[in-house]
Formats: sequence, C-alpha cells, structure tokens
Amino acid sequence: MSTVENRKELVQEVLDAYPAKAQKSRSKHLNVHEEGKSDCGVKSNKKSVPGVMTTRGCAYAGAKGVVWGPVKDMVHISHGPVGCGYYSWSGRRNYYIGTTGVDTFGTMQFTSDFQERDIVFGGDKKLAKLIDELEELFPLSQGTTIESECPVGLIGDDIEAVARQKAKETGKPVIPVRCEGFRGVSQSLGHHIANDTVRDWVLPKADEYRKTPEGFEPGPYDVNIIGDYNIGGDAWPSRKLLEDMGLRVISQFSGDGTFNEVVMTPLAKLNLIHCYRSMNYICRFMEEKYGIGWLEYNFFGPSQIAKSLRKIAAQFDETIQENAEKVIADNQARMDAIIAKYRPRLEGKKVMMMVGGLRPRHVIPAFEDLGMEVIGTGYEFGHGDDYKRTADYIKDGTIVYDDVSGFEFEEFAKKLQPDLIAAGIKEKYVFQKMALPFRQMHSWDYSGPYHGYEGFEVFARDMDLAINNPTWGLINAPWNK
Amino acid sequence: MTDNQENQIPTGCSETGPIQDHFDLFHNQEYQDLFEYKRQFEGAHSHEKVAEVAEWTKSWEYREKNLAREALTINPAKACQPLGALFVASGFEGTLPYSHGSQGCVAYFRTHLTRNYKEPFQAVSSSMTEDAAVFGGLNNLKQGLENSYSLYEPKMIALCTTCMAEVIGDDLGAFITTSKQEGHVPEDLPIPYAHTPSFVGSHITGYDNMLKAILATLSKGKKAETTNGKFNFNLGFDPYIGNIRELKRILGLFGIDYTIVSDNSDTFDSPNTGEFKMYNGLTTLEDAGDTINGEGSFFFQKYTTPKTQEYITKEWQQKTYNFRPFGIKGTDEFLMALSAITGKPIPLELQQERGRAVDALTDSQAWIHGKRVALYGDPDHVLNTIQFLLEMGAEPVHIVVTNTNEEFEAEAREMLTNSPYGQDATVWGRKDLWHLRSLMFTEPVDLLIGNSYGKYLWRDTGTPLVRIGYPIFDRHHMHRYATLGYQGAINQFNWIINTILEELDRKTIVPSKTDISFDLIR
Repeated sequence: MSTVENRKELVQEVLDAYPAKAQKSRSKHLNVHEEGKSDCGVKSNKKSVPGVMTTRGCAYAGAKGVVWGPVKDMVHISHGPVGCGYYSWSGRRNYYIGTTGVDTFGTMQFTSDFQERDIVFGGDKKLAKLIDELEELFPLSQGTTIESECPVGLIGDDIEAVARQKAKETGKPVIPVRCEGFRGVSQSLGHHIANDTVRDWVLPKADEYRKTPEGFEPGPYDVNIIGDYNIGGDAWPSRKLLEDMGLRVISQFSGDGTFNEVVMTPLAKLNLIHCYRSMNYICRFMEEKYGIGWLEYNFFGPSQIAKSLRKIAAQFDETIQENAEKVIADNQARMDAIIAKYRPRLEGKKVMMMVGGLRPRHVIPAFEDLGMEVIGTGYEFGHGDDYKRTADYIKDGTIVYDDVSGFEFEEFAKKLQPDLIAAGIKEKYVFQKMALPFRQMHSWDYSGPYHGYEGFEVFARDMDLAINNPTWGLINAPWNK
Repeated sequence: MTDNQENQIPTGCSETGPIQDHFDLFHNQEYQDLFEYKRQFEGAHSHEKVAEVAEWTKSWEYREKNLAREALTINPAKACQPLGALFVASGFEGTLPYSHGSQGCVAYFRTHLTRNYKEPFQAVSSSMTEDAAVFGGLNNLKQGLENSYSLYEPKMIALCTTCMAEVIGDDLGAFITTSKQEGHVPEDLPIPYAHTPSFVGSHITGYDNMLKAILATLSKGKKAETTNGKFNFNLGFDPYIGNIRELKRILGLFGIDYTIVSDNSDTFDSPNTGEFKMYNGLTTLEDAGDTINGEGSFFFQKYTTPKTQEYITKEWQQKTYNFRPFGIKGTDEFLMALSAITGKPIPLELQQERGRAVDALTDSQAWIHGKRVALYGDPDHVLNTIQFLLEMGAEPVHIVVTNTNEEFEAEAREMLTNSPYGQDATVWGRKDLWHLRSLMFTEPVDLLIGNSYGKYLWRDTGTPLVRIGYPIFDRHHMHRYATLGYQGAINQFNWIINTILEELDRKTIVPSKTDISFDLIR
C-alpha cells in the first residue's frame, strides 16, 4: 500500500471512534494530501464540534490577544468579567521597548471586572468612568481600545457611544472592539473584527492623529511590517533585514508598535505582511483605499528568507535588488555553517505540526532546510485561502487536519510516531508523556526570535535540543526494557 | 518513541559563532541602534517626560488617585469561577471537566493550569456560537456530551458554565435530563453541574460550587445506617500538590482512615512512563459518594468552601472542621485536634519533625526578624501566610486580597491585632496589584510574597519576590513541594530565607563598590 493509501486508512480509523453526526462533520476536515492537487482538500473555518476538545480560542483572544494587544502605548481594556483578561495577561510574549505602566502597557491587565449588577444594569457607565480613571493614572497613554467579552454583547451595552463620547473628551482615540467570544468559530473572526476597527475608527482620522518625525517626507522605500507580533522579538530581525536592504520601515503593526505607527501605515508604499490570516483584511482595505500594494513574505529559514527578500526587492529598483543580493550573500556562510552543524543531527526526522493561522505552512521550509520532513500539519483557525497556500508547501502523503481534536491528534501521533511535535501549550505535555519531543510553535517555547537569519540559528538549535536531549532516553525504566 | 542513544554532542563547529537568542541578541549595538532609529516613528514622549511621569507614579499623590479608583481594575489577584470548578473536578476518578458555553474560555483554563503545572489538562467545551446565543445551548450540550462520552469515555462529566450560558439563562438540569432521556449519554452517568458565572465571585467560588455539586450528585441515596469510620479532608484551591501527599503521609502516620475529597495530586504530577493517561484523579467515585457516611469533614480553606461546608452540615448532618495546618502553630492546632477527635496520639515522627522545623526557624530567625512584608492572594492562602510570618517575627505590612470577604477581613485583623508584629499591617480588600505598587512605593517593604505576576512589582520597586501562590509560571517545580505541616513550614521558610540571602548577595556583588559585605558566611 502507498503512503497515501496507508494514511487514508488511518484517518478513517480515527474517524470511526466518533458518533455518526460528529464523524460526518469531522470527516470533511481531515485529508491526506496527494501530489499535484492545488488544495489540501479540507473544509475550514467552520464551527468546532462540541465536546471533542478543540484547541481553538475565541474572537476576544484574536482581537485583544493578537491584533490590538501588542500596540504598546495604548491601554487595552478587557471589558466584562475578570477571567478573559486574567488568563491572557502576559501570555504571548509580544516583546516591546518601553517603561511599563508609564508610556507602555503591554504586560498589564486592565479590566472592568463585571459584577452581577453590571450585567443587570449594564456596564456603559462603569466603562465611561473607567476611561476617566485611566486618563488620570496614565496620562502618557496614546489611547484606549475596549475589547468586549461575551456578556457585553448579550446585555445590549452601547460601547460605541461611550467610545465616541470619551474620544471627544480626552482628545485621544477610544476604539470599541466588538469581539465577544461567542462571535464566529475561533480567534479568526476576532482578527477580522479588530482589523475592521482600524478601518472604521482609526484610518479615517489618521491624518489628524499622526505625528510624523521631524522633517519626514514620504519616500519610495517606505514599507510597513504588518502582522508580526514580535513574539520573542521576531519582528526586530525582520526589520533589520528590510533596513539592511535599504527599505525604510515606517510602521510595525502591531508587534512593538505604537498607535502612531498604526496611523503612519497609509504613508507607506508597500505593506509587507507576515501573518496573512490575521491582517490580510486591513492590507486589502489599504490597497483599495490608498492604492498601497501588499506582499506576503516568509522569514523562516534561509531558503525562504532569500526567496522573500528577492520577492520584496523585485517591487523596488535595482539598488534595492542589489542590496538584497548582498544581504543574502553576506549571510550565506553563516547559514551554511549552522546547517552543517545541525543538519546531520536532524536529517530525516519527522515532524507533525498544528499551529494557528500561518506557521503550519510557513515553518515547513525551515524544517526542510535542516533536512527534516513534515508528515502532518493543520491549522487551529485557518481558512480556505490558507489551505490553498499550504498545498504548495507540503508533500505527497502529508496528513492535513483542520481544527484537530485532542483525540485525533493523539491517535495520529501514536500511529505515525513522529520525532517531533510542534504545536501549542495545551498539547505539549500530552505528547511529552508519550515520550515524544515537543516544541511550542506559538510561543517558541519561551525562546526566539525565530525570524530572520539570527532567528534561524535559534530555531535550529532549539529543534536539535528538543529532539536530541538525553532525558527522552530515561523514560523507559531499565527493568522494563 | 525516539531512540536517542546514538546521538552525540555536536563537535567541530567552529565556523558558527555563539548562537544568540533574545536574552543576548537584542542587547547588541546594532539592535540598540535599531530601537533608537525606530523611536522616531513611534510618536513617543520624550525620555525626560517618561522619567518625570515614572517618578510621579511613585508618589503619595499618585497613590491617593490610584486608591480612589472605582471602576477600573488593574492587575487583579483573582481569576474566575470555572477555573476553580475544573481544578476541583479533575481530582475525581475518570472525570472529564466540561465547560458549557463559549469555547474560548476552556482554552484559557487549560492553558493557565498547564502553564503552572507543566502537565496536560484535559477539558472540553460546548463550543457555543451566535446561534446558541439566540436559541440556547441545548443542542450544543447534547452533542457535546455525546461526543465527549464516546471519545474520552469518562466515568463522570463535571459540568460548569461560562458567562455566556449564564447570561442567556440555559437550564442545565433540564438539559442534562433531556440529553439522558434522548440517549446521548447513559442514564447512570453522573453529571454534576454548577453555575459558575465569572461575574460572581472568583475561582474559589467556582471551586465551591462544583465541589458541592459533585458531592451532592455522588452521595445521593448513599446515606447508610452507620458511619464508615473515615474522615474526609478537603484542601480547597491549593496549588501545591505536595500538600495532598504530605497530608496523606501525616494521616498514614496517625493510622487514620480517610478520603481526600478531590485528590488531584496525580492530575498535576503524573509519572512519565511513555504512555499518556487522560484521567489521573485519585478520589474514587465510590469513596466520594461514601463521604456522606464519614465521621466528619475537615476543610483547610474556610473561605473557599463555605457552601460545601454548609451543605454537609445541614444536609448530611455531619460535623465539619476548619483548620490551617500551615506554619508551626497552625500545624500544632491541627494535629492536636486530630488527636482529640480520633483518640489517637500524635505520632512520634511528627513530634520530631516539629522539633526540626522549629530548629530551622530559630537557626535563621535573625534574618527574618522585623522584616516588613507585602503579600497578596486568596483569603485562606493569605491567612496562612500571615500566621506563619507573625510566628517568625516578620511584620506583614500590605496585605492585598482582590477576592476578599468581610469574615476573612475580620479574622485577618484579629490575627494581626493580637500580635506585636502585626501592628503596622493593613488588609486591603478588593484592591489589586496596581494598588499594591503604590503602597510599596510610598511605604516600602523588605519582601514581597505572591505569585509570578508579582515579578512586575519586583522589577518596578526592587523588592525581592518570594513566589508562593498560584500561578507560578516563571519558576519550575514549586508545586511539587508541600507548604503544609512541619515539612511544609521548612519548605516555605527555605524559600523565604534564601530569597533574603540571595538579595543580599545581589546588592553586594559590585567589585570594589558594594562587595565589602559580599560574605561567604551568613
């Protein structure tokens, strides 16, 4: 039997454990990729099946945790009960430079801490008062976003009215984000909602809000970095690469970004987008509204970095193109050395991945640069366009699983016995108990950066230490061998 | 399983320089320059302005404004109900915690618990979306119960709710009955349920609600003619699984027959054998049901479990006891009471342990005496710590409890008033860690005791942090130790004293400046 047939059988076996109705819906989300197909052949962005243990989060997580949260000099209010803000407090390591609590607020938790009376009588007055108190205590903040939690949308509060009123009074942006957790099927709608608030509440007033640097003139090499959340500092090596090739990065939205950088974005010539899933909406809008083009890039691993640098450079003149070649050439020896060091230790190792909306495809070439093979991949909250793009990255026989359940993931891993699983914190210790090496691919397992040339060195080191650490060899007691 | 026996440490890679990750990379000049260059686009305030405002946040004026807050909560020291509900449910045999409502909540609970324990935490959700907000969550619950039962084969499903289900008013009791009648799950599958909205109480409230529901469900029809000779013990929302093991050891030494009510020690510390076991709760459903026939029930967190205790006292007509077996005196009281109630003498081994613990305290007392301490956490956790600090001669000063209540505050004040070391203390109920920041700047202390979120206060105020509480994300393995009993007193004391000594080293480590006091012997 071919690998494809084998794995198709495995998928069926796993599906057999489900009750009929759940089996029917889950069967559309699992597939084995066949070479030459232009799509992964799975449905996506559909409601999760109740009770199966999805890894997905909610719209609030997408809006507050991902898109708006990293804008460092604004206060982001978790509006509603205490939990959502508490659990997401400092959870994503969106690095930033600033004096926390004074001019930046990234690792703080602001909440309206709803009580029963707020549910009964509504929370608008509390919200208005809360924003006054913020002004009093954090005079250097550059504005506020209000991320609403489930109850807010159910009790009929008018946070938009409060936002308008308070923006007028404070002279600073106050942005209502309707990202209640029950909206949509995952974090993904939260990204979209947050993007829409940039479109509706920020960009129309961008000229009014913007503070340009002294003597600033828009130039032909101005670009924005969009959708890099600076986890473990990822956006910085990316910025450096772009600057090294002669581009001027005028905005990082949102990792280590400021509100001013958000309103700088319309001045750029090109939007360079890292996480397509979470930020394509605003790029499309800016293209339509301001005629700013956008380009996806991939800074994981030397092969993709070189490809991306050339792709970006092709949008500009020969100077930039020459610079790009120089950047690639300058880093070649270093990359060769790191591959020479780690590839022999990682060659042929099999990986199963499951991450959010980008990495399940973008990281594959970095593994391949190290001689590793990805045998299964899938997204927590990807859409059809993500799976389409994924088809270019994966090989014949790769199992593709959308919104994989705990049960499915465990069964696939048991049968396929990969050498490494790369997913999230909720999965990590399940697989480590199975003696399977694991790396968190959302948080880089507290390491990083993984973007850019420096990032690849860290990535290579981390994959090696995960797989080749001697503790895995201790799990079997000698008397059981 | 991967066989790594043949792997060797890489050699001969002199071509590559040292690999720098975020700890070093961004301190290089090229990145420092990059940050400085980026600043022009940021619309940033001047360095002088930032420094000026930073100073102002340390002032009494700022403190007054900060303490006057009425609507805004910043950095609270409390989580929400379902976290506690899932936590307690996971201590029962074969139990699947189930959160009914929006699905994002359960992703957060699992993440939070996993980050603290570095253990898997399995729980499911009804995954309700907008249509359920309109039509109610019955269909989601039916499917959710059927699917989770088929896939994960639990012996019990412990159901709690999220805000969403509470606001739309889902009728859980009726939903479960319907689900069973329609055959989605077997009639005899125990499905205790609790209402756990996040806009009421905190994680400790959810713990109580779920525990009460589980005991009520499992003990139904189990009341026997005679008692079973066993005592029931509950530790509350206690993050130290070492405490459960220590308690079992103590009870074993006494020779007391017992049931730990919610024994999640293996849930959060299961052995790695190469095989993943989904359920590790150690309280069997049979034993849990039989707690109704116990001789009495001991609760170590009075303010976590008021409803459960009231239920046991009223409905079961069973005696309940509250003890705080933490520190020396708290443990003394517990052991004496245990001896009096059971008629068994205090085991010699424990008497010797007491002597060793007290010996440890007297050995180091000079370094703790008179130290001013700020602390925060749940009511019972804070009471235990206050009591321990007072008996060592340390002085609690700022005590912040976000999820406070009046009875707790009265008890804490009494404890503080009655000790010469408690005279400078203030209990700050409903306050948060941003309030505490102002308190620590205006009235500095020597030591801060709290969870990992306290590290921001450590950074800002320079006050060394002893990590005791939940969650602890940035230090490993703390939860494996006991804080309970005499052994636990030694552990806590070890953390406290050595934090103080570490801090002294840190302060005296600059060559030819401060290192005159960089002593070898302390």
